[in-house]
Amino acid sequence: MRLLHVFPLLVVTGWLLLALFGGWLPLQPDAIALDKILQGPEREAWLGYDDLGRPVWDRLVMGAQTSFFVALWVMLISFVLGTAIGTLSAWLGGWVDLVVVRLIDVFLAVPGILLAIALAGVMGPGLENVIIALSMVGWVGYARLARAQTLSLKHRDHVTAAVSLGVRDAHIVRRHLLPLLSAPLIVEATFGIAGTVIAEAGLSFLGLGVQPPEASWGSMIRDGTRYMLVAPHLVLAPGLAIMLVVLSVNLLGDRLRDHLDVRSRGT
Amino acid sequence: MLHYLLSRLFAASLVLLGVVCLVFFLIHLVPGDPVDMMLGEAARPADREALRQALGLDQPLLAQLGQYLAGLLRLDLGHSLHDQRAIADILAERIPATVELALAALLVALLIAVPLGILAAVRKGSLWDHLAMGFSLAGVSIPNFWMGPLLILVFSLWLGWFPVSGREGPASVVLPALTLGSAMAAILARMIRSTLLEVLHEDYVRTARAKGLSEFQVVVRHALRNALLPVITLLGLQLGTLLGGAVITETIFSWPGVGLLTIDAIHSRDYPVVQACVLLISVSYVVVNVLTDLVYAWADPRIRLGEGD
Repeated sequence: MRLLHVFPLLVVTGWLLLALFGGWLPLQPDAIALDKILQGPEREAWLGYDDLGRPVWDRLVMGAQTSFFVALWVMLISFVLGTAIGTLSAWLGGWVDLVVVRLIDVFLAVPGILLAIALAGVMGPGLENVIIALSMVGWVGYARLARAQTLSLKHRDHVTAAVSLGVRDAHIVRRHLLPLLSAPLIVEATFGIAGTVIAEAGLSFLGLGVQPPEASWGSMIRDGTRYMLVAPHLVLAPGLAIMLVVLSVNLLGDRLRDHLDVRSRGT
Repeated sequence: MLHYLLSRLFAASLVLLGVVCLVFFLIHLVPGDPVDMMLGEAARPADREALRQALGLDQPLLAQLGQYLAGLLRLDLGHSLHDQRAIADILAERIPATVELALAALLVALLIAVPLGILAAVRKGSLWDHLAMGFSLAGVSIPNFWMGPLLILVFSLWLGWFPVSGREGPASVVLPALTLGSAMAAILARMIRSTLLEVLHEDYVRTARAKGLSEFQVVVRHALRNALLPVITLLGLQLGTLLGGAVITETIFSWPGVGLLTIDAIHSRDYPVVQACVLLISVSYVVVNVLTDLVYAWADPRIRLGEGD
């Protein structure tokens, strides 16, 4: 049980460290060794080589950087955008709220990954476009949550007191609403990171994400499927990486939710 | 009930209108000229202008949207830039494959999730519970674009039980359905476990036990029936993920459905087809959710009565 407790922390820390400091390691993700094509693990490359003779471990670290930076940016953009829209909508009420609610409904009616695929496809491949496409989809969850929470907080005594004392709206939202909103939003953000890691890899799997020679875990899986019978390590390594990271982030999210006592997601 | 039905349908049609506008604007506001794509960069300006007029691209965006909406009412989705075929005809060919895959995946999800969820709830805290919840956690963490290739490797390439790709014969649907259904099974199993756990403490369950009914009857006849209500809603909501995920799953297995059509259209920059595919999938998602709500209201009178006031 103790191992189960430490394990997700270890994985996430490893992911973070590789993403942040992987560039300082003596890695050669683009070095091509023609005589090593599709070779399995050996002493110099403990995860073997890919179809161009590049070391899989080095590319895996590069993929960790891709997935981490996409996840971080998408989370930040969606979080700020969604929270601002949701909080303001509930606070202002009236026609603003009406429009925002309709907008949220419309965005929720299109399956998120489908919208991201179509957007990334139309905008063309590339890391920035992946981030834009996933943020366009991601803000909705935060907005809905922030709106629901603000609505329930709006009529609490301490807020009413602040209003009757003549405190400015911006101050009320910042000092009296956002601190109470943060717990469920942080939990949502954790699960959001896990979802974004899968979504980024999915887009790259479809050829809509980062372009070669850059590496993403998703594009590594796609390239690997062609050689599955002779070199299964090409598909196994990046897939395991995605699974471990997503599993660990989800476990941490569960624990965070219990710790912060957030009852249920998306209420 | 009629009041509830009408208000629900009205809300859904507003959402649908919004979805059409959203998809239309997203695809039209993105840079890139379809005329360049069809004629190539070297085409004569006069030819470009002629084609632009023929496609209606010379008109303001709102007028184009109006025409598109008018076309939709006649089920006219426009024509493919690729081979000029009517998109409605292309979609009609693809829909059966996607529906077949979605239903098969749903079946897989239920076959896995219901027994697993019951087992975990009835034997709460046991090894079975931990195994079931471990499976559930793994299920949501394994992406379908990894699951699919792994299933192909084991069951097609090594064991040779199922075809690698395509849609020929009933065996070919098994692996795609497993790929698509397993994530849903994971979420459902968790949900069934937690709702069942809540229900198992209710008075009527205690009464059923006190009457001397067998444990099987108590769980299946009395507890499960009530526990399944929230599951219906989740099922409807999850269908969106299922339909979205079908794009990736169909690509992995070359399953000739709407999802594969979407990806092919994206790669050949056939935007009217991309637009129609996204619309079709979203519309079916909205419709399924309205149906889910109606089933729910029919099964639970509190909902339709609550909405009436």
